[in-house]
Amino acid sequence: MDITTQKPAAPPAPGPAAPQDKRAARGATRPGDRIFLGLSRGSGIFVLVLMAAIAAFLTYRASLAISKDEANFFTTFEWNPSGVPPEFGIAVLAFGTVVSSIIAMVIAVPISVGIALFITHYAPRRLGGVVAYVIDLLAAVPSIVYGLWGALVLVPHMDGLFGWLDAYLGWTGVFSWDEGPARSLFTVGILLALMILPIITNVSREVFRQVPRMHEEAALALGATRWEVIRMSVLPFGRSGIISASMLGLGRALGETMAVAMVLSPTFDISASLLNAGGGTFAQNIASKFNEATVMGQDALIASGMVLFVITLLVNGAARLIIARRKEYSGANA
Amino acid sequence: MSNATLSPQHGSLRGATLPKWFAWAVAAGSLAVGYGISAAAGLESDIQWALIAAVLFVVGSYGISAKVEGSRQAKDRTATSLVWVAFLLAVIPLASLLWETAERGVKVLDGYFLSHSMGVVADAEPGGGIYHAILGTAEQVGLATLISVPVGVLTAIYLVEYGRGKLAKAVTFFVDVMTGIPSIVAGLFILSLWILILDMGPSGFAGSLALSILMIPVVVRSTEEMLKLVPNELREASLALGVPKWRTILKVVLPTSIGGIITGVMLAIARITGETAPVLLLVWGTDFINANPFQDPQESLPMYIYLQWANSGGSGAAFDRAWAAALTLIGFIMILNLLARGIARWKAPKTGR
Repeated sequence: MDITTQKPAAPPAPGPAAPQDKRAARGATRPGDRIFLGLSRGSGIFVLVLMAAIAAFLTYRASLAISKDEANFFTTFEWNPSGVPPEFGIAVLAFGTVVSSIIAMVIAVPISVGIALFITHYAPRRLGGVVAYVIDLLAAVPSIVYGLWGALVLVPHMDGLFGWLDAYLGWTGVFSWDEGPARSLFTVGILLALMILPIITNVSREVFRQVPRMHEEAALALGATRWEVIRMSVLPFGRSGIISASMLGLGRALGETMAVAMVLSPTFDISASLLNAGGGTFAQNIASKFNEATVMGQDALIASGMVLFVITLLVNGAARLIIARRKEYSGANA
Repeated sequence: MSNATLSPQHGSLRGATLPKWFAWAVAAGSLAVGYGISAAAGLESDIQWALIAAVLFVVGSYGISAKVEGSRQAKDRTATSLVWVAFLLAVIPLASLLWETAERGVKVLDGYFLSHSMGVVADAEPGGGIYHAILGTAEQVGLATLISVPVGVLTAIYLVEYGRGKLAKAVTFFVDVMTGIPSIVAGLFILSLWILILDMGPSGFAGSLALSILMIPVVVRSTEEMLKLVPNELREASLALGVPKWRTILKVVLPTSIGGIITGVMLAIARITGETAPVLLLVWGTDFINANPFQDPQESLPMYIYLQWANSGGSGAAFDRAWAAALTLIGFIMILNLLARGIARWKAPKTGR
């Protein structure tokens, strides 16, 4: 009996596998499926090839330029790629890019977190919705419009603030000002802060929305004030979200071109004072020098673009890794 | 219930509280004092007295509240006021941006401006328009959309419907990374490939190639999110009826999520329409109407704004045109955004929740 019952049971064991093999085989031969899979996998591969091609072409052109560079590419304070001998370096650009982005982050991150908290926890529901909507729309305003506004509206309005900073903080050297037009790295930083504010706000807002309601209610039930609820349950939960939002913002600030090119009055030196006009950033330098550049000059600019590419890759990659890691342990979606 | 019975005698259970109008009173007081100080000291900038008032408000409400309500409540009030200050600090410049663009933009924005080019108008003269720029933008963005939508949607389909294993992981990661490529770097890549190596001249098409590098990852991301929202039951039902997978995707999955996909594409179009840097490198710009995107320089709206600003020599007429073009651009992008959101709400996939 045992054997007879087991014998019929044995064929069903391969049973589920056999139709699957058949189905898989039929699926593979069905031309529609094959073509469709091929097309969609092809596009995926195309994206990878595209990224690889971008990296390869930039590296190739950049290496042409750097091999002809008579000065140190990383430490030279000069940009003269068509000179004899060609001498150029990215020290000034790296300084300007980093400094303006740091100023932007220092201003934008606290304010964006504040606005995100305002929308999710402080504002009356209706007002919060409107603010969130407006911030969403502002994220879509093109950088060229920010640039136009920065050059024609913001710069003239900075004089008062600069004079004030110079009078009270001028002794530090960082905030001394020669009364020139306010086309400086500091103004650029403020403008960049405005530009990255919507992104950081949107991402942090999403994270704050996901804070488990029970955490907040538990804190409230223990008699916590609204600030204590935020400090004990919202901010710890949202920390990695805020960090990655900031890094996405940083990535945008580092690569911003037109707004910086329109506001900054570029010079090729590093000044201790952030308020005096001068300095430059990678993207701004490329945009403003490209049209007049010789082939050698274009290669040199591509080399500086390559550095920018690597920096933004690292920043964005880090932000994505933080987001991805957070998804795994947060339990927010449970 | 218990709340209602307790409320008349709250004095015995709760500490002293400040009345509701307290925050407003302190706000009004600090505004007045801040304005008074700056008037007395002769400070010119609006920013300064607003900052002084903000500091006075925060310090004042903390001090008074700490005395009456205790330090925990005071900290809570400080946090509240800081959040409000953050909100106001951000809203003022952003409102100024929209207001200035609208106010300065309407001066020359009319039918003539939209239907004429800059052909015989010198940079410093009044007159002229943005017809050639609108035409160029429409063609470049249209071509970029034609390239990126098929690639983007197919990649998303691969990731959601087929993708397993290392290839899918790599594609996901690099699509994410691609979202962050600075637009000028995308422009440099196409430039080194198209103009320097293939030896083609500047054209609208070169610009749209760069724009599609920026657009593809956005399309992939949003389409992926939408495809993930399609309930698995629909796919299984279709497959169970013996429909091949590719027809299931085409006839069941895509129609279910088409609203969201269109929304994503429109938001991506809105994003690349404002891109200036790659267009500046690859399309160069012209004052004349060039309807052929495959040959010779074209104009585009964002580049028009930049060139009017850069070549103006400080002339008011050129600035007016730049603002008017900026207003047109913002208007177009806002309308696209609103439409996209409308479609998203109208065609949202029903998840059964």
